[in-house]
Formats: sequence, structure tokens, C-alpha cells
Amino acid sequence: MTTMQFGLFTVGDVTPDPVDGTTPSEHERIKNTVAIAKKAEEIGLDVFATGEHHNPPFVPSSPTTTLAYIGAQTEKIILSTSTTLITTNDPVKLAEDYATLQHLVDGRMDLMLGRGNTAPVYPWFGYDGSKAVELTIEHYQLLRRLWDEDVVNWEGQFRTPLQGFTATPRPLDGVAPFVWHGSIRTPEVAELAAYYGDGYFANNIFWPKEHYIRLINFYRQRYAHYGHGSPEQAIVGLGGQFFIRKNSQDAVREFRPYFDNAPVYGHGPSLEDFTAQTPLTVGSPQEFVEKTLTFADYFGDYQRQLFLVDHAGLPTKVVLEQLDLLGEVLPTLRAEFDARRPAGVPDAPTHAARVALAGEGAPAGRQREEGGVPTGRQAEGGSVPTGRQREERAREGAGETTGSLDHERVTR
Amino acid sequence: MRIVAISAGLSDSSSTTLLAQRYGDAIRAARPDASFEIVTLRDLAHDITDATIVGFASPRLQHVIDQVAAADALVVVAPTFKASYPGLFKSFFDALEAEVLTGKPVALAATGGTARHSLVIDYAMRPLFAYLQTMTVPTGVFASPHDWGDAGADALGARVERAVGELLSVAEGGGTGRAFDDSIDLFSETMLSISDPRPQV
Repeated sequence: MTTMQFGLFTVGDVTPDPVDGTTPSEHERIKNTVAIAKKAEEIGLDVFATGEHHNPPFVPSSPTTTLAYIGAQTEKIILSTSTTLITTNDPVKLAEDYATLQHLVDGRMDLMLGRGNTAPVYPWFGYDGSKAVELTIEHYQLLRRLWDEDVVNWEGQFRTPLQGFTATPRPLDGVAPFVWHGSIRTPEVAELAAYYGDGYFANNIFWPKEHYIRLINFYRQRYAHYGHGSPEQAIVGLGGQFFIRKNSQDAVREFRPYFDNAPVYGHGPSLEDFTAQTPLTVGSPQEFVEKTLTFADYFGDYQRQLFLVDHAGLPTKVVLEQLDLLGEVLPTLRAEFDARRPAGVPDAPTHAARVALAGEGAPAGRQREEGGVPTGRQAEGGSVPTGRQREERAREGAGETTGSLDHERVTR
Repeated sequence: MRIVAISAGLSDSSSTTLLAQRYGDAIRAARPDASFEIVTLRDLAHDITDATIVGFASPRLQHVIDQVAAADALVVVAPTFKASYPGLFKSFFDALEAEVLTGKPVALAATGGTARHSLVIDYAMRPLFAYLQTMTVPTGVFASPHDWGDAGADALGARVERAVGELLSVAEGGGTGRAFDDSIDLFSETMLSISDPRPQV
């Protein structure tokens, strides 16, 4: 039983080591990723997630291949993505690839959908990047139906129509992989996660926490609005990053050249300013635990915490040392988060738990035949209003859910 | 009435900030109860550069951005560097979130080492503020060294007063009727399509 899941997420960048000047080959980077994932299981982490990119300097263009390979060499760790591109991948292929992975690893997987941030990927895959949000919505609506309905007739704006189509294999035990939606600035993605009762993930790496709080709160409120539970019962995941040594000063000294040359924030703010302003910890294991625990103060008690460790050109040896240190404080992190967690905050999703839940409710494989929200997750209240019904209600003056958001700073 | 002046003057005793102060004098003369503050971008140079790299503002820069966003009107004063405003000036506006200045009343002013730069306001600054969708008043005031020594007639002061008159008139009137709105629109077509998918054929 896992109340909260801890894990790693990797971007999969090939970055020169600014200290010794070496750059790993693609082959080394891919093999190192596998070694890091196996180490993650060894130290007791619950999740390993890989990014998806289709341009250098990144190597993970084929996440299910890598995850299946890792799955064959691990026993317990949940394999996931960070993120799978819902915009430029064909939803049919996503349904098939991830259902296949689900069977191969006996349900020990889920996935996180995102839009990606590389503009030319859209034209490379034949899409228009200015339609990213519309693509996200339509592709996900189709992906859901491909998993939840055995036979799909479908027509949309962006893909050739489907008549009498069955995505194979069908999801393991009739329960589709759990889906997280990763976004840091798009309310439509939070809405999509809320409507389907899916998880919502904020990468929480590059920006101050204020940038993420607004959308997580919005997601929580909308999750409740759609009848999946209270706002506190919404499924939230967060990113984070750290560099730790027993001695705080050693951590700062060793990490500084990597920080100063890092692809995203290098040559910008000082390490000291950046750690003060963002969720990054560079210091002792105790400082890391203390800062990580504050995340729940800002975002509410949550289900999944992923860390970015293999980045900025850090040698794999150092990454594995970081994981050893993480493993040492992991029991403390788990105990501290559990101690503060109020009753009623749901456990992190697992395949077994979701199969058990589906057994209690409606047959999971057929959830969306009526075209409503998944019945297996529907609250006692019954029907959930459609967008247009909500619009009418709002115009009648019901004005729910958005009031408390109006005064916060926007972060688009 | 809260008016904020943004000075991109880069030297310590800056004629650009001096020009901003002339605006302050004229504003106080016309509206004794108005508040007027000058923000000097030079003091934020590192923060502005960092923001262009990491995509978020430091607390110090964010404080200034919030001040600017909350102002009822802005006075924007830049020195002329290589026939345009300095890079730091542009980087400050690059650090603002999209549309945050929409509909904001703005008076433009500039300084330069020679009167030959006097069109910098209209050829370099106005297009930027057109993009930002501010309500930019017609009178821009350019001050060359010559203007600071022309005692007596105070032609510079007269031009500043005219610009301030326009700025106050716009700020106290309806403006463009459009302002920055950061609320989430639950009822956009895209948002509605999430819970109400297109009907299937």
C-alpha cells in the first residue's frame, strides 16, 4: 500500500559535463537511463518516468520501448512518462503502445500527458502548433474512448475518422492506465484532468511556486465540480529537484558549476537566488526534506512527488550517489508526509487499487458508453452537467468555483 | 490616481530620470492628491537579465511589475542609444506577462545627446507600445541637451505639461474600455468542448 508515491522523472537530455568537458554518447545516455531507473527501484522509489522528445540533444523518442526494457529488469517500480505528447502522437498508437506496456508489466505503469514545448515538433508530425490546446482535447477524448469502449466510431478535426475500430490489446483487467495531465500554464488542461477525474501534475521545477498554485487550485475545484470528490481528494503530482551532500557547503560547491551552466537557467540568476525563489534545494539531506515538506503546505496534500536528478550534465556516478542519499532520507520523507496527511486524502493511484475500485462499481471497460463521465468514478450525486448546461447555470447567477481565483496573479 | 514613471536612464545623474521628475512636478501641480513614483530600471538590471533567461521575475522585479500593472497611468522615459531605446528598456517590457499593459494610459518621453534623435519616440517607442496595446497619448516629449539650458521660455516644461494634461485626461476618462483580465474563462468554446465533446456522426 502506497499512500504517497516518490520517484524520478528524467528529461533525457545529452548535456556536456561542464566540469570535465565530456559528453555522453546517445548510447551511453540511453543505457545510463536504464541504470538510473534500476537504481531508483533499489533505493525504494515508487515511480520512474521518462520524457519524450523528438530532437537533439534529447534521446527518449520512444518511451514505451525504454519503459518495457526497464520493466523487464525491475519488480515493483511504476513506469511512467513525463510527458507523453498528446498533441503530436496519434491517439490510436498511444492507446495501443501503452496498453501493450500495461500488459507486459502487469499494470505497473501509468502515463502523463503533455503538450511539449518544442515548436517545430508540430510541423514535423504534420500538425499546427497554434492548435495545441484543441489537439490536446480532441486527442485525449479519443484516447479515452479507445481505452474505455470496445468498439469506437469517431470523427474529429485532426485525424482520419474511425468506423468500427477496436484498439488492441484491450486494457489489462478492463482498466485503462491511469492518466496524469502535466501543465504549468494552460487552464484547459487542468479542466480536462478535472472532467475525467484524472491526475494533474505541475512540474514545479523552473519557476516559483506561485506560478503553479493557481492552476492546481483551479484543478482541485473543478475536480469537485465534476463530482469526483472534494477538492482535497483530487489527484495531484509535483516535480522537484535537489542536489544534496551530507554537508550543505559541499553540495553547493560541487553543484555550482553544473547550475551555472545548466541548459535552462544557467548564466542567469545565482544558485543562491534560484534556490531561494524556486523549489530547488542544494544543501544537506535535512534541508532537502524540510523544503520538500513545504510543498504540501502550498499545494495541499498530494499523491506523487517526482524528482529531476539526472540533468545539467551531471555524471551518472554522481546521479547514482544522489539516489543513495535520497534513499537514506526516503523513509523520513514518507513518514513526515504521512504524519501530516489528513484522513480522506486519497492514496496514490495503482493498477491494483483501480481494478478493485472498478470491481465495486460499474464495469471499467465500458465506462463511457453513455457518453457521460466515467460511471466508475461518478459520485453519488449522479449526473454531471455538460459545458453548455453549466454555462446556462452560470448565467442564471450560480457563479460557482471561480470566485476565489479572480484575485490571483495569472501565469500564462 | 497612482502614476508610475519608468526611467531607463543608465547613468547615475541621469537626464532621463530628470525628465521623469519634470513629469512628476507637472502631475503634482495638476493633481496634488495623485501619487507619483519613479522606477529606475538601472537598479533592476541584473533582475531583468535573469528574468529573460529563466522566464520569471525575482521578488524585487516582481514588486516593480506589480506596481506598474496596478498604476492608473505610466510615464515612460528612455535615453536614446544607437538610434533607439536601450536593450535594458526593451528587456523590462519583455519580462511583463502578455497583455498586462492593455488599455493602460501611457505618456512617452525620451532624452538624447542631440536633437537629431527627436523622432526616437515616434519611430522606436510608439511601435512597441502599439504592440502592448497601451493608450499612448499623442504628445511625446524629447529632451536634448539644448532643452535643459533654454531658460526663460521653459519650452520643455510647457511640452511636459501638455503631455501630462493628455495623460490625466485619458486616465480619468474611459480609456480604451479594455483592461488586462486574468480570470479563467470557463465558457470559451475550447473550454466547453472538454465536457461537451462534438457530437459523433
